[in-house]
Amino acid sequence: MTSTTHGGRALASRLALLGPALIMIAATIAVALVMAFLLLPVVALFTYQPVHDLIHNFGTRVATDAILVSLKTNTIAFAIMIGLGTPVAYVIGRRRFPGRSVVITIVELPLVMPPAVAGLGLLVAFGRFGLLGQTLTVLGIDLAFTEAAVVLAILFVASPFYLRGAIAAFEAVDSTVLDVAGTLGAGPLRRMLRVAVPLARAGLGAAAALAFARGVGEFGATILFAGSIQGTTQTLPLAVYSLFDANLDQAIAIGVLLIIVSAAILLASKLVGSWTSSRSTSPSLGEPSSYVQP
Amino acid sequence: MAGLERPRAGRIVLGQEVWFDAQRKRHVSPERRRVGYLPQDYALFPHLTVAGNVRFAARRDRPDLLERVGIGHLASARPSQLSGGERQRAALARALAREPRVLLLDEPFGALDAITRQQVRDQLADLLSTLKLPALVVTHSFQDALVLGARLGVLDRGRLVQLDTAAELLRRPATAEVAALTGANVLAGTATPNPAGSTIRLSAGGELVSAQPASGPVQIAVQPWQLELCDPSSAALTDRVVSVRHDHDRMLVRLTQLSVLVRAESNGRWPIAEGEVLGLRAAPGDVRVLPSQDGR
Repeated sequence: MTSTTHGGRALASRLALLGPALIMIAATIAVALVMAFLLLPVVALFTYQPVHDLIHNFGTRVATDAILVSLKTNTIAFAIMIGLGTPVAYVIGRRRFPGRSVVITIVELPLVMPPAVAGLGLLVAFGRFGLLGQTLTVLGIDLAFTEAAVVLAILFVASPFYLRGAIAAFEAVDSTVLDVAGTLGAGPLRRMLRVAVPLARAGLGAAAALAFARGVGEFGATILFAGSIQGTTQTLPLAVYSLFDANLDQAIAIGVLLIIVSAAILLASKLVGSWTSSRSTSPSLGEPSSYVQP
Repeated sequence: MAGLERPRAGRIVLGQEVWFDAQRKRHVSPERRRVGYLPQDYALFPHLTVAGNVRFAARRDRPDLLERVGIGHLASARPSQLSGGERQRAALARALAREPRVLLLDEPFGALDAITRQQVRDQLADLLSTLKLPALVVTHSFQDALVLGARLGVLDRGRLVQLDTAAELLRRPATAEVAALTGANVLAGTATPNPAGSTIRLSAGGELVSAQPASGPVQIAVQPWQLELCDPSSAALTDRVVSVRHDHDRMLVRLTQLSVLVRAESNGRWPIAEGEVLGLRAAPGDVRVLPSQDGR
């Protein structure tokens, strides 16, 4: 009895020493596996074809058309999103009104909606025979399967990303600073533009980057509502899908292009994030001024 | 008064302008009132320089205002680079840039440490006196109010209980709370009238004489510096020392019931140490009988 407990205790103490080391090794392996899983597809895409072919495929008609469509539609959608979305987010973020939480939930709805369903919904609402369709036809507007449809699809799926982040960013702005701006003679517009937006710019930038990335990569809603017409509605993601069967090389080249764009957006948002350091107004206790005359 | 909150009732009028009237449902928004509002942490715009902050209010550059408050050399600094006192002055310059009709300062020294506080307080007092602008200062420190204010209003649980000069607040506190605010000892007791006024038997033991006639249960106020030490063996009021705090040439002695301020030169006569019993007395004119709740 005594010998087994002795042996048992010795084993237990050796395991206790090994324990933390084992956990470290297990954790490292886990992290490495996750990294590999995430990076492998990207590496595979980049190395699928020789660089020379890759660059050639960037220049094909399909690719350049898709680049132009994506560029145009995303820029327009982004401009509308920021231009209209920022004031809306400001109002929702700063004012308490009845039904506010309902409004916020509605804003977040497209986030959880499958993109294809969103596209279907847009078609049924704005298409020729849809809810608003007949009114629009009378006005001479035919939306489905046009460039405008692409813009609408991008707006529908991407703006919730911006609005949600922008609302949170505006909510976090110090009320006292805005109040004081009011006492200094700034009306609501000036308070928003000259105080709230600069103070919220880190959150706004991050939300905008996220929304832009989502917009560039949008597929499901676009293909159902706008179709995949080369030169008009075929964005880069749509081009990947249409080329998939016929010309895998070209599809992969466009995929690489999209990855480069996504990486660029990510990098840009990180850089902007580090530039906007937080500068609080709360004074620290009586330390001497750190300001040095330039 | 800044228009940031809407009171339930009342009127706010500056000169001839009605800024708020609950009955007539009139409420002028903050941007249309001309107030210079300084919140407790100054709320400077962190994304602008000091000059930029002033420009926001003035719609043009005002280096003269920065000079006036003494931070002309900090015009290009950001608020985060300034010390507490400098931030206050920057906020003040910005408020003045609005050319306000009244200044509102909320706990102007709350965000400063004790050493900076005194300096800044004296400077602010000087500045305010040169501005010739009505200023309303909110503070919980009677000391600050003394230095800054010509007239002091005491708010207790939302009600204005006294509006007077500092001297009057000290001499004739309207309530026990006001007396306590000014640093007086507030003691409960029972008064018996006598030819010279009244004798008050304190609930915690001991006696004091007041020049005011009174009878029945009362509260009295006497300032720590109005109490004198005397022989404990024959004193009408004695108490035991709990702690002693030295401050330059005087000592603040805390006893179980009250506090007394003792000047250093009188230290020799009676031993003042923790646990010692001290004899106390006060001039009858200094022992104030506080008005009771029903105003008798």
